[in-house]
Amino acid sequence: MARVSRAPSTETALPTKHKQLGLSDDEILGIYNKLVLIRAIEERIWALNRQGKVPIAASSQGHEAAQLGSLTAAQKDGSCFLFPYYRDVALKIAVGLEPEQVMRSFMGKVGDPYSGGRQFPFQGADLPHKIIQISNVVSAGVTQATGYALAGKLKHEETVVLCYFGEGGSSQGEVHEAMNFAGVHNLPIVYICENNRYAISVPQNRQMAVGNVADRAESYGFRGVVVDGMDFFASLQATSDAILHARSQGPILLEMKVERFMPHTTDDDDRRYRPSNEVETARQQDPVLTIADYLKVHGILTDEQLDSMRNEAQEKVDEATDSAEAAPPPDASTIHDHLFAS
Amino acid sequence: MAVKSVIEAVREGMFEEMCRDPDVFLLGEDVGPRGGVFLASQGFYEEFGRDRIIDTPLAEASIVGIALGAAYKGMRPIAEIQFSDFIWPAANQLIGEAGRVCYGTNGNLSVPLVVRVPYGGGIRGGLFHSQNVESYFFHTPGLKVVAPSTPFDAKGLLKSAIRDNNPVVFVEHKKTYRMVRGEVPDDDYVLPLGVADVKRAGSGVTVVSYGLMVHYCLEAAEALSGEGVDVEVVDLRTLKPLDVDTILDSVRKTGRVLIVHEDNITGGVGAEVAARIASGAFDYLDAPIGRLCGPDVPTMPFASSLEEAYMPSTESIASELRNLAAY
Ligand SMILES: Cc1ncc(C[n+]2csc(CCOP(=O)(O)OP(=O)(O)O)c2C)c(N)n1
Repeated sequence: MARVSRAPSTETALPTKHKQLGLSDDEILGIYNKLVLIRAIEERIWALNRQGKVPIAASSQGHEAAQLGSLTAAQKDGSCFLFPYYRDVALKIAVGLEPEQVMRSFMGKVGDPYSGGRQFPFQGADLPHKIIQISNVVSAGVTQATGYALAGKLKHEETVVLCYFGEGGSSQGEVHEAMNFAGVHNLPIVYICENNRYAISVPQNRQMAVGNVADRAESYGFRGVVVDGMDFFASLQATSDAILHARSQGPILLEMKVERFMPHTTDDDDRRYRPSNEVETARQQDPVLTIADYLKVHGILTDEQLDSMRNEAQEKVDEATDSAEAAPPPDASTIHDHLFAS
Repeated sequence: MAVKSVIEAVREGMFEEMCRDPDVFLLGEDVGPRGGVFLASQGFYEEFGRDRIIDTPLAEASIVGIALGAAYKGMRPIAEIQFSDFIWPAANQLIGEAGRVCYGTNGNLSVPLVVRVPYGGGIRGGLFHSQNVESYFFHTPGLKVVAPSTPFDAKGLLKSAIRDNNPVVFVEHKKTYRMVRGEVPDDDYVLPLGVADVKRAGSGVTVVSYGLMVHYCLEAAEALSGEGVDVEVVDLRTLKPLDVDTILDSVRKTGRVLIVHEDNITGGVGAEVAARIASGAFDYLDAPIGRLCGPDVPTMPFASSLEEAYMPSTESIASELRNLAAY
């Protein structure tokens, strides 16, 4: 059975859950500030889609704690390489993209850091931030991430690969093949399944007969851990532990239980298949609210600060939107460029 | 007759066949309560229940492999691949296996299987939601490949495909789903596989195409009629078996031919069509065989400018036709 990992409980950890995890007040405040900006960006992107300015978008709303928690662990470690999936929008922004780069990617403009406008937003590679995600083909990156981990091991590097996918993606045959290989070769890789219980409309019980994706790890000879992915601190803790484990002992599978607040993408209408109050209930665990509460309780954030954080985020998003809209799409004459490496 | 869209015609075709034959069932991602991401099976789950409308795990190899196994037992599965771009995990079952079953059992087993595949670009789908995959299956012996362009053809051909005892890859151009509307009879009708359709008769230049591009060719033909160029538009409808006779008849009449498809030019269906014309109607040709196809890059990119640069258009087709007519 999978183990369940939780952050230190509030009682024992008061007043410094974040400090226990090695984050200063400024650092946790900075992470929260990013989260506020990310939420503002994502909400704007959705609106821009409705205005016909962004053809398609997936949203990470509801997954942010898991994504930012695991990213923070990777950044603290300093030697991780990431293979995220399309829903890792918060993660891909938080690594250090400017809001304008984000907007250019979503609008398919020159300056899209991932593919120069060739691909859907945030598909391709952001190598300066150690990210590869070639395609939208669900789970096609999982064997590739495993190969990256193999190469790191063969080159005697410290690199640990974090490989992300949804529970829907875990059904792909290649995921089995990748994990089996990683188990055989004891590769330094952390598989992170963000389980929101839906693959577009298909609920978990039509995807698998088990309750936890993490339970499968055992059959590959490694450990699976269930994590409360709505909890930033739990996600950070579990990923930090997992990175150390992967480096010293080999693969591990983290299953982060999360919620999907939005329809699958801007093209989806989730009213066709989702109970009407489900999202509303889930939103009570919105990390944008829960982390703010935590920061306020510990006197790290005031209401005034929060207001100005939000205002600043809106200003940044306005500016980024305007300049991305004004930017040109790639020149048509470049269509044949880079088919092959020189 | 009522006017319907391509997606409505597909839905009706499947629905009627499911009512007609209890061995027909549908499996794929989100085909259940969601009704498919393009709503091809809207209302089916409520009508036929979850044994016949199966929401599968997200795993295409199993969607096709399981359909194949059920077909061995005489059922007539319709496997929906959500987007053509995601068919590759199933390539082994389809290219490697399905096309070899009948031949490889010396005719002892047959595969009454339909794999429905929404495909094609012009919808800002980028590299992984726009792919033209038809030529890979076109190349594979033992598979039939159908690519309708209109609601009438889509319904009639889909019903034939479901009744056919062979694996049929049925590609549906996504952009036509809602854009193209036309009259569809309410009664039960089928259209034979392997028969092309002359969508517009003309005597000056032949244009051979399929799918979305047929509509651009028809528009181009219309535009050229004012210039005294009389264009005949041949819609292949079925890529395989290829209706070589209809192509040759047209080319023998006009002496000039342009082949248009969205798929990459190299090794595309048009290459085979050109070869058949070169060997079957060489003496009738008054101009070199023309091809206007997608360039050899991996699918149309996401950016509007690059997508436009990729796609053949009414204007580029008209200009090629003009050149051919003047040759
Ligand atoms: C191979 C493949 N099949 C189908 C799709 C279409 N598709 C995109 S996302 C998705 C559901 C993914 O669900 P999950 O892995 O749980 O991730 P989530 O979107 O819930 O985060 C599907 C079916 C795809 N992109 N790739």
